[in-house]
Formats: sequence, structure tokens, C-alpha cells
Amino acid sequence: MKRVQFERSTVPYFFIAPQIAIIAVFFLWPAGQAIYQSFLLEDAFGISSQFVWFRNYEDTILNYAWLQSAGFTVIFSTLVTFFSLAIALLLAVKANEVLHGSSSYKTMLMWAYAVAPPVAGLMGNLMFNPFIGDLYAAMNAMGWDFNQKLDAFDAGFVVILISVWKQVSVNFIFFLSGLQGIPKGVMEAATLDCRSPTKRFWTITFPLLAPTTFFLMVINITYAFFETFGIIDTTTRGAPGGATNTLVYKVYTDGFLGADLGGSSAQSVILMLMVLALTVFQFRFIERKVHY
Amino acid sequence: MSTLTLSGINKRYDNGAHAVRGVDMEISDGELIVFVGPSGCGKSTLLRMVAGLETITEGEMKIDDLRINETSPADRDVAMVFQNYALYPHMTVFRNMAYGLSNRGMAKSEIEAKVRETAKMLRIEDYLERKPAQLSGGQRQRVAMGRAIVRSPKLFLFDEPLSNLDAKLRVQMRIEIKRLQRELGVTSIYVTHDQTEAMTLADRLAVINEGKVEQMGSPMDLYSDPKTLFVASFIGSPHINLLPARFETGQLQVGTTAISGFEGLPEGVPLMLGIRPEHIAQHPDGGIEISVDLVEQLGADSLIYGAVSGFDSAEPEELCVRAGEALQLTPGERIKLNFEVDRAMVFRTDSGERLV
Repeated sequence: MKRVQFERSTVPYFFIAPQIAIIAVFFLWPAGQAIYQSFLLEDAFGISSQFVWFRNYEDTILNYAWLQSAGFTVIFSTLVTFFSLAIALLLAVKANEVLHGSSSYKTMLMWAYAVAPPVAGLMGNLMFNPFIGDLYAAMNAMGWDFNQKLDAFDAGFVVILISVWKQVSVNFIFFLSGLQGIPKGVMEAATLDCRSPTKRFWTITFPLLAPTTFFLMVINITYAFFETFGIIDTTTRGAPGGATNTLVYKVYTDGFLGADLGGSSAQSVILMLMVLALTVFQFRFIERKVHY
Repeated sequence: MSTLTLSGINKRYDNGAHAVRGVDMEISDGELIVFVGPSGCGKSTLLRMVAGLETITEGEMKIDDLRINETSPADRDVAMVFQNYALYPHMTVFRNMAYGLSNRGMAKSEIEAKVRETAKMLRIEDYLERKPAQLSGGQRQRVAMGRAIVRSPKLFLFDEPLSNLDAKLRVQMRIEIKRLQRELGVTSIYVTHDQTEAMTLADRLAVINEGKVEQMGSPMDLYSDPKTLFVASFIGSPHINLLPARFETGQLQVGTTAISGFEGLPEGVPLMLGIRPEHIAQHPDGGIEISVDLVEQLGADSLIYGAVSGFDSAEPEELCVRAGEALQLTPGERIKLNFEVDRAMVFRTDSGERLV
């Protein structure tokens, strides 16, 4: 293959310099610091530190609390991503049937997105408060012996519910605009070719939405991994017994509350590698099935 | 092999728009009917009602004497070719064509055979594994046709299928559609706003205006014997010449010119004299005089445009004459014209009704 060679010039580097600077200062440098820290063991008062090679990593991976946290993170992220996408898609499909570009209505449907995760967490906390929480009362009234402070499943339910609620709105908007981007003629041609609306959805609508779905999946996994920190911090704080401790939250509690900077850094490096692997997987294996 | 009957079909939208007003129509087996009319006249709505994409507010629709008002689009056994092709972008050409068949539970081997046969007929067998995005406009058009043909439906519906093609390809595809329709013998409805397309394709033509069928008949019938002013002005290229006139003392007054040879026309109402460009000829004693503005040389003949004398120069009336190649004129020249009185038409301007 022939390639066009342009004359080399330094000018383009000036254009990307600000972006490079931002990445270097806010990402590369802290990441480097984290990697360096992960090889160090500090004393309890933070006065001296010694180089311990991979001891922090060994301690992390062999630790029951970390494995529990990793397990919960996987389950939590899967469920949050799946339910936020599924509920949003269902709502978007139903709304698309009746909605014809009335944008004020669409804007209203998006309001929940404007709520910051900690605020969503606080609202959830109030609703599940054992004394004044309506949802808490409703759950118990239905015969479910609900108590998120004691039961790991109930606690997981609360954080997943709030995380999903918070995320559904933004997914909904993306799905809705994705649906409205499908040419009307294509849907009509499908109506003539296929009697069953369900089958039409899975053979025509869903494949045509695949770019949107893929994009949202990447965004939602990132959301579930990292941004839900605020929700967990304002509701369960990893309780009961670390059952709702996501990896990010554990990095925070171990490092900033437990003052184990080395261990915390090792955890964040592992988390970084996990996200890297996940991203590579998404783009190599899932994106291939997406038709743009 | 089917007939389609429309009786008293009406379409009213929720916002009060009355898109189709009482259409009655009988389409016999194997006929190619063209709905033609200006944009927004309701012709596409009517077609979409046949397809089942729009509900029918009032009236009854029957295919082979079976009421289809409540039948779902997929069960009506009609196939439609859309203006923007509406191919499934994520499927190969083969899957595009096979989709409707597999949804109807046809066996795999049979689908394969049918798709290949149809593809061969349309000369797209080399593209079966391609996606629509990798095809040219003309090829996509063929695939859209193929998707309709492969199902062997009772009815073909074409919704302005050629409007996205360039002029040359359009003429080519027009001929091909006509040939295929003849070969397959499937009853078809074709919607277009292009009167040339309508004239060349149709077995019968339905001129639609403001949701009503103004007139229905063979292209030549509509050309030579239009029932209304609208049909006369819509059919024919170049357009029919229309000159405002009045009937006074047994003569037709056109501007300052009096023309005899008309009888029994109502007096005191505004009339419109319609003359086709080919029915006018230069004549030394002609009653109509024009000053030539423009001459269009088409090769075999030429079109002469000019302002008719005897009208207010603020509102000039243009006249178009189709003349042989021999006639050489320069702009500004004045010529006298004569027309064949028995082939001229007179309409009432207010109701559009034809009087002569």
C-alpha cells in the first residue's frame, strides 16, 4: 500500500501540547506515583517507607477482603450495566412508539441525570431509612424481612437499585435518539416483511441500535466501576461486613482511612490493569459484532 | 394474480387534516396503475393505506374480494419499494431479500433458490454477499426491487422509487420496471409526481388532487380528453397553454382578440382556453399574435415561447408553440398563430369543469 508522506513539521505538536500536558499532569504522573507507591511499605505514622517489591500485591490478591470486594464489583457492575441498559432500552422503545420529537418531554425524562451520584445516594438513604424510609416500609410490608444494615443481599439490592435509577435516564436519552435515527422506511419495510413485533425488534431494531448499545455499555461499565463510589459512600459504606465494598471504595478506605498507602496503591494498579483488560476485550471482541 | 377494490376510502388525521377524500377505485388483475399528483395531494397516503402503514378512517379495501382493512401489513401479502430503498443496512443483499421469506417460514433451500433466481433476473447475483452501503444507487434500487419481487406478492407498491436516481438511470429503471411488471404480471400501484414517468409507465393513470381522484383513465385518454382544468394542466410536457377568456356575443374573447367557432358557452363567467402546444401553428391570417421571447431547440422540433398580444403588459400571458425544425425565429419577432378550434378546450375557471 502506498502512503502519502507529508513534510514533517513541529507545528502539530504545539496544537496537541495542552492536551498532552493535561494527560501528563493529571493521569500519567499520578499513575506513575501509584505504581511506585505500590512497591513501598510505610510505617504506621507515615514517616519512613521501605521497598518491598511485590509484597503489597501478594497481600492484596491473597486477602479475603479483596477477593470479596472483587467478586462484589464484578456482580455489581454486571447487574448495574445490564439493568440500566435493559430498563432504558425498554422505556426508550415504548416512548419512541408514542413520541414524535417533542423535545421538552425528552428533556424532562433526562432530569435524573442531573442528580450527582452522592445526592442520589442520599436520596436512596432516606428512602431506605428504617424509621422514615417509604421504600424500607414498603419492602417490609410486602413480607420481605428487609434490612440493608444486616443483610448483604439487601444492601447489594439498595446500591444496585440507586445506581441503576441514576443511570437509566442518560441511557434512555441515548437509546431514544438512537431509535429515532433508524430510518422510518426501514422500520416500515420490516413491518411488511415480518409479522411479529418482537422478532422485528431483535432482527432489525436491536442490530441497528448496536453502535449505541456498545457505546453505552462501555460508559456504563466505567460508571459502575468508578462513579458509583459516591452512592456507596453515602449509603452502605461497604457494609455489612464489606459485602458492598467495590474495588474503588476499598482503595479509598484502605488508603485514606486505613493509611495503607502501599496496599491501596497496589490495589489501584490491579484495578487499572483490570479495566485495561476489559477495554481491550470490549473493543476486540464485542465491537466486531457491531454494524455501524 | 389479484384485484384490488377501494370503496369510499377516507383518511383523516387526528389534527383534522383530511388527506384522502372518498376514493373509489377498481384495479384489475395484472394492471399497472399510476397515482400522479403534486406533492401533498394524498397519493402516498393512499398507497400507504393499501400497504397497511396507515389506518383507514372510513371506507373499505379489498384484495380479491377479501376485506383487508384490519389485516396487518405482513398478512396482506403486498410488497413495497420505498423512495429511499429502505434496505436493512446491517444485512447482506442476500439476507435483505431472504428476510421476508424466512419470516414466512419458507424452507432454507427454497429461499436460496428463489433469491438466486430473482437476483439473476435483476442482474445482482454478484453482489449477494455485499452490504447495501457497498452498492451504488442503481444497485440498491435493484435490491429493493428484488426484495419485493422475491416474495411473489399479490400486489406491488412503488412509492416514488426512482426519485433518488440520476436522470439517465431513471429512464433505464423505468423501462426495466415496466418490463418486469409485464413479465411477472403482478398487479401494481406506482406513485409519482413526475408526469412523464406516469405517462410512460401506466396502464391506467389516476390523477389525484387534494385527496380526490380527479380523473382516471389511460394516459392518452387523460391527455386528449381531460375532464378538469387540473388534469389538463398537470398532464403533458410542455404544459398546456391556458389563456383567460370570456364568452361574449357568440365569440370567445381572449384578451383583445375575438375567436369564433365556439358555441353554447355561458356568458359572464371567467373561462380558460386550453390549447396544447402542438395544436398551434404559424399562419399568416392567424388570430393570435405573439412576440417571441425564447426559442428552445430540441433537435427534432423546437419550442417557441412568447407573450400574447392584447393582454395587459403588467400581467403578460405566455404561450408555448411546438414547431418543426424548419422554423427559425429570433427573439422580439412577432408572429401570427392559428390553432385547431376543435382540439382546443374550454374550462370554467372557478370550478375547473371542462365545457368544450
